[in-house]
Amino acid sequence: MSTDTAAATAKKESLFSKKNRKLLVDPLDDSNPITVQVLGICSALAITVQLQQAVIMSLSVLFVMIGGNVIVSLLRNMIPDRIRIIVQLVVVASLVIIVDQVLKAYQPDISEKLSVFVGLIITNCIIMGRLEAFALGNKPGPSFLDAIGNAMGYAWILLAVSIVREVFGSGAISLPGMGQVKFLPTEWFMSEGGFYENNNLMILPPMALITVGIIIWIQRSRNQALIEEN
Amino acid sequence: MEYLSIFVKGIFIENMIFAYFLGMCSYLAVSKTVKTANGLGLAVIFVLGITVPINYLLENYVLKEGALAWIDPEYASVDLSFLSFIMFIAVIASMVQLVEMIVEKFAPALYGALGIFLPLIAVNCSILGGALFMQDRQYPSIGEATVFGLGSGVGWWLAIVAIAAIREKIRYSHVPAPLKGLGITFIITGLMGIAFMSFMGIEI
Repeated sequence: MSTDTAAATAKKESLFSKKNRKLLVDPLDDSNPITVQVLGICSALAITVQLQQAVIMSLSVLFVMIGGNVIVSLLRNMIPDRIRIIVQLVVVASLVIIVDQVLKAYQPDISEKLSVFVGLIITNCIIMGRLEAFALGNKPGPSFLDAIGNAMGYAWILLAVSIVREVFGSGAISLPGMGQVKFLPTEWFMSEGGFYENNNLMILPPMALITVGIIIWIQRSRNQALIEEN
Repeated sequence: MEYLSIFVKGIFIENMIFAYFLGMCSYLAVSKTVKTANGLGLAVIFVLGITVPINYLLENYVLKEGALAWIDPEYASVDLSFLSFIMFIAVIASMVQLVEMIVEKFAPALYGALGIFLPLIAVNCSILGGALFMQDRQYPSIGEATVFGLGSGVGWWLAIVAIAAIREKIRYSHVPAPLKGLGITFIITGLMGIAFMSFMGIEI
């Protein structure tokens, strides 16, 4: 793998040097895993009906990504090239089993709602993509930062999409400890005899795609460098 | 009729792309031309059709609680289901390796066209998703599990070929510059998803 990057990082550098900060900040916007690298879309769309699910999912992905990136980066000189995908999958799958068991034990409701999507973190392309593209060629320190950066880039899109969908879809956001927070007075809602009807389409799967499409639109009109040819 | 119902459900109602967003990454990346999309779609049908029944056997004879009773009744209390993620993904990764070798040998042109995406079928969520839905829904026999796998595969193939055909045409229309490529593909997929929702509730 890219030995020049490995050699470059071999030089002693402080944790918050310019390059390391780039690793952390870049994935938030310029190389966002979802809107630019196009990785990890499946889970981003499927579990964004509610904010709470999105938060749990982001935390799980953060944990698995940090674990996976650091472990694979530590093992990078021992993994034979031909079987590297299987080795990576085993590392990631073990971490996901931990997440799944913890969720089942402490958050059974959420675990029920996320259903197969916890298991699907294994095949979340962000994780595999970053393992392939970064952890296999870099030291554990930068890999750790890369994992945090990408997981955060993933998380903010998830949170944005789920907030939009939950606010328009159910007219309220359910926050842990505060119950349902409504944005309009209760008597305005149609179910209470008012005039405001929730947009039920927002809860259905297709609107997740359209919401992400609009986020991409906004991002690319701000940052013209990201526009594609066709 | 049960089989036909599962098959049709897998294609239209519980479509992997439009209802569950599984396999979106390769769906977005390989849908620029119909030819490559078709190749990848067929590979997905093939891999799903093989891995779902294999994982079904694994689930019912090794992993499920009490599944090991066929060896000896004293193993009836063993529950290995926490291992299912790792076992499923191992089966999938090895099957994909096999498919890759077969395609490389018999269809080098297709292999060249699919390039990096063939190994990535291993991390295509729809394959593992198929196995996990199979586990979740507890199909009564291996026949039904196989039909479910094939049906979901055909649904995925249909989705990717359709979007590839649309993308080939959309090149000639005036899409707003920031929406070009990824953005418009997302929105079209959303609209197709709304269209596919009209199949909801069909029973055969």
